[in-house]
Amino acid sequence: MIAFIKKEVQHILRDYRTMIILFGMPLIQVLIFGFAITNEIKNANLVVIDHAKDYQSVRLIQKMTSSGYFKLSGYASTVDESEQLFKSGKAKQILVIENDFAEGLRQNSARIQIISDATDPNVAEQLKNYTIGIISSFTAEQRDLPSPALKVNVSSQMYFNPELKGVFLFVPGTMAVILMLVSAMMTSISIAREKETGTMEVLLVSPLKPWQIIVGKVTPYVVLSFINALTILALGFWVFGLPIQGSFILLLAEILLYIIMSLSLGIFISTISSTQQIAMMLSMFALMLPTILLSGFVFPIENMPSFLQGLSCIMPSRWFIIIVRDIMLRGNGLTHIWMETMILCLMILFFLGLSIKNFKVRLQ
Amino acid sequence: MDREKVIEVKNLVKKFGSFTANDNLTFDVYKGEIFGFLGANGAGKTTAMKILCGLSKPSSGDIRIVGYDVYHETERIKNSIGYMSQKFSLYDDLTVWENFRFFGGIYGLSRKEIESQTQLLLNRLGIWSYKDRIISSIPLGWKQKLAFSVAIMHRPAIVFLDEPTGGVDPVTRRQFWDLIYQAASEGYTVFVTTHYMDEAEYCDRVSIMVDGRIRALDTPENLKSTFDCQDMQDVFIKLAREAKYQ
Repeated sequence: MIAFIKKEVQHILRDYRTMIILFGMPLIQVLIFGFAITNEIKNANLVVIDHAKDYQSVRLIQKMTSSGYFKLSGYASTVDESEQLFKSGKAKQILVIENDFAEGLRQNSARIQIISDATDPNVAEQLKNYTIGIISSFTAEQRDLPSPALKVNVSSQMYFNPELKGVFLFVPGTMAVILMLVSAMMTSISIAREKETGTMEVLLVSPLKPWQIIVGKVTPYVVLSFINALTILALGFWVFGLPIQGSFILLLAEILLYIIMSLSLGIFISTISSTQQIAMMLSMFALMLPTILLSGFVFPIENMPSFLQGLSCIMPSRWFIIIVRDIMLRGNGLTHIWMETMILCLMILFFLGLSIKNFKVRLQ
Repeated sequence: MDREKVIEVKNLVKKFGSFTANDNLTFDVYKGEIFGFLGANGAGKTTAMKILCGLSKPSSGDIRIVGYDVYHETERIKNSIGYMSQKFSLYDDLTVWENFRFFGGIYGLSRKEIESQTQLLLNRLGIWSYKDRIISSIPLGWKQKLAFSVAIMHRPAIVFLDEPTGGVDPVTRRQFWDLIYQAASEGYTVFVTTHYMDEAEYCDRVSIMVDGRIRALDTPENLKSTFDCQDMQDVFIKLAREAKYQ
């Protein structure tokens, strides 16, 4: 068995190209998702129509521009100019501050209008949310003012990810995809390779028991996947400031569970595919794409038609992402995620059971 | 004969649903013998071989390999046989030595045994210097000999060769048979399937399967005279023509 694991490690080490991909991919993916494809918007052009021109409005504008999301590209005097400003690209969003803003704040009747360029609705929506966030925190700062109750008519709260950082979403998502890729695809391919080259026959004739072959095959990939998961977590933590609110041990345990789940899926794939190509195609199309598209990683599950929502329920990654977000962002313990954990456990049993059944049939 | 029997097969039947792959096979193989197991594709050779290797359970029949029962003692059987597949199954991306170490390891040889066996077998082939070469970089003929060496590394009582000479040239095949003779003279029993009828002539005894049944079993000389043929090729063709599913 130890001889087996040693051999498997040698396979992996010898194939240095694959190894570079395996270790490099998580790094690159997280960085790309974190920096480039992030759906947060930075330095959007903001035009302000400041009718108040008092000290409070100036403070608000300052707060807006120092947030990093907006860049003050100019002032305008009337709302009529909006269309022109949008068309010229000078503005992505226009903030209108009504007369007597400071006074209004004191009397609880301050009014602000947000005009957005909704050519790209997601961007517009997000900028609006940023603005609302900034205004709420702005009003919160006004507590030290003498007046009893202060309120601007905005009621929106972003829990757990107040700045709506995209990276918070992408780190768990990337982890789900990478672990699935490394564990399921690599194991299924490497088992299929043994079948293809005929070495599987030799292994089966040898005194090794089937479970020893499987464990020997899988162990190096567990280690590899775990290293990848840690890399992603470390990147999230140090590069993107992603917090881990909950128990780190629990998080690692759940990651391990998900890795085992992916491996059992990989083993299952290898039992139904006879060549490396088939194994690869199966893992690519049957696993990767749904993992990315249906897990809530890229597209919110809530927005899917109900039949796709149903389909997403059988994606292990969906549950894993929920678990990871719960632990990392909400700081929840096992009591909150026991159901998702159970689902992953059941999936492991299901796929392992199916693989054993397939394996036996083949030997008959 | 009072020679030691290493394979005893009595009334072996293997059915897949309504299809009978092996129909009442009965034969013995003796220690140190080179036993040729012939048959057209689909005649049931592979199925029978799998059963003898402990990979598959027979539907009925009494089968003993080195005295062990195939129903209950497959683990013992697996420890006392060697197997070489038609694909010369070695790991292409590992070196010669790493392959020996791995296969020695899974048969539970100690490090010392692995080292001494590797040295012995490689020196016999005269390729000790290939020790650290990657398998994919060495010629097919050598790979085949290495695969055979790996199969007898743990000193099995029987070595099963599944079409061991596919795809190699006649000279290399001849050399390979020298290796088989040498192994047989050292007391290994060799159970070999092949498509090459000239190879059948090299065997001590040959069985020919047709439609899941053993149609003939004897020494090549006796077979030729029984069926009144010039060589094994003719014997084989004569018998294989009787098959229903050709």
